[in-house]
Amino acid sequence: MMQREGSAPFRNTVILIVGLFLFWELAYLVVGEVALRSPLETVRFLGKLMQTDIFWLHLADSLKAFSVALAIAIALGLLIGFGLGLHRLSGDAMEPMLVALYSIPKITLYPIILLTFGLGISAKIAFGAIHGIIPVALFTLSAVRTIKPILIKTGRVLKLSPTVMVRAILFPAAVPEIFTGIRVGFSLTLIGTVLGEMFAAQHGLGYLLMNAISLYNVDLIMAMTFLLVVFAATVNALLLAIDRRLHHG
Amino acid sequence: MNKVRLYQFAVIAGFILLLEALCLAGVIDKITMTPPHIIVRDFVRMILAGRYFGEIGKSLANVLLAFASAYVVGVVTGTILHGYKTARDILDPLFATYYAIPVFAFYPLFIVIFGLGDGPQVLIGFLLAVVAVIVTTLNGLDRVPLVLKKSARVNGLSPLQTALRITLPYCAPSLLTAAKLALAYAFIGVIGSEFIMARSGMGYEISYAYTNFDNATMYPLILLILLLSIAANSLLSHWEAVLLARRGQK
Repeated sequence: MMQREGSAPFRNTVILIVGLFLFWELAYLVVGEVALRSPLETVRFLGKLMQTDIFWLHLADSLKAFSVALAIAIALGLLIGFGLGLHRLSGDAMEPMLVALYSIPKITLYPIILLTFGLGISAKIAFGAIHGIIPVALFTLSAVRTIKPILIKTGRVLKLSPTVMVRAILFPAAVPEIFTGIRVGFSLTLIGTVLGEMFAAQHGLGYLLMNAISLYNVDLIMAMTFLLVVFAATVNALLLAIDRRLHHG
Repeated sequence: MNKVRLYQFAVIAGFILLLEALCLAGVIDKITMTPPHIIVRDFVRMILAGRYFGEIGKSLANVLLAFASAYVVGVVTGTILHGYKTARDILDPLFATYYAIPVFAFYPLFIVIFGLGDGPQVLIGFLLAVVAVIVTTLNGLDRVPLVLKKSARVNGLSPLQTALRITLPYCAPSLLTAAKLALAYAFIGVIGSEFIMARSGMGYEISYAYTNFDNATMYPLILLILLLSIAANSLLSHWEAVLLARRGQK
């Protein structure tokens, strides 16, 4: 998509954010206090929540699970992506299978994860990681495949070992695409981790959200949803900026 | 091509055999997972007995509803948006960030607003699917050659006629991709919502069976969902490949 120079993208983002807040306020005015809170009330409640210790404990727990899950997703995704990308037949055979796996509602696999890993942080991590692995693997796979053949031939002529080949040629050439995969993987791992917390955790933001639902605590539901959306959108915007620079720079 | 199929078959067969061996050897205990051959037996029994047909039908109806509404709204919105540069520029950051947002996080909110029924589930499926359709439609329309648009103008076609007769047929492959994505997202949205909180549906039955340690119900249902989503995906992917091949791999 085209991106013009100067302040236009920034102005557009501001218009968009203001528009979204207006929509929220409008929805609040229509639906009312029963089920929604206004933006101002939500931010205020979130501010109050942030002054409690318990909130930071839950947040730290979520962040810990999320970062481990992301690390696993990236490491395994790269491994699978490079492995399949370097072997033509494996790549041809496995790519459609990975795409098909990507399209299944992974949430239904949750009971299996839970039975395997038990209640606790490892189930959350596993659930987050399985969401993130496939996109990282798919983007890496296509990145490795679209590398200019001349680069690979040069490596062969120089008789590089497979490890050096990956480190010195394949990886640097594939970085922009891989980064896109990591960006998508980031979002999905976050979703996976939060979903994991919603069902089988005693800690974390997802647990707080689920708890708020059962207690019908609209303030807390709104604050948690808002926090998650802002966090996901902000990090994604940053990653997207890096992503675009890598692709055009 | 045949080699690829053989490879895929070997991977799937190997995976199932490995699971079977691990289950029979007791590495995976019975409470965690029933051996694959038992799952298949339970699956066949479930289908033959017609158990859960009501639930399955209800889930699929909701998936279809979410898919159809997201597809129509998405294609129409994409087509209209294509003509308004400023509006598109403003919405662009939203589209780029959209799939980073945990849409499921809104589910509790929707339950509070609309009550615990089919509405929130269909809405989640719709929300997950619609933006993929809009973005794919826009991408497809971007690739329509200028000469086609010019000939539309020369022939004095109205914007609606141009869309229906020229631009949309030209991006048929993109529209098919959009359908594939929309169906996958609608499925994920509806089944996922049912799993999180609902009174009926396949997702609900899985979580119910899970809570009751009813592996004889849970695994066949999971298998059914896997088969359904993989079949739909493969079918549409195949169709997509045929369409692209006919157009010379555009």
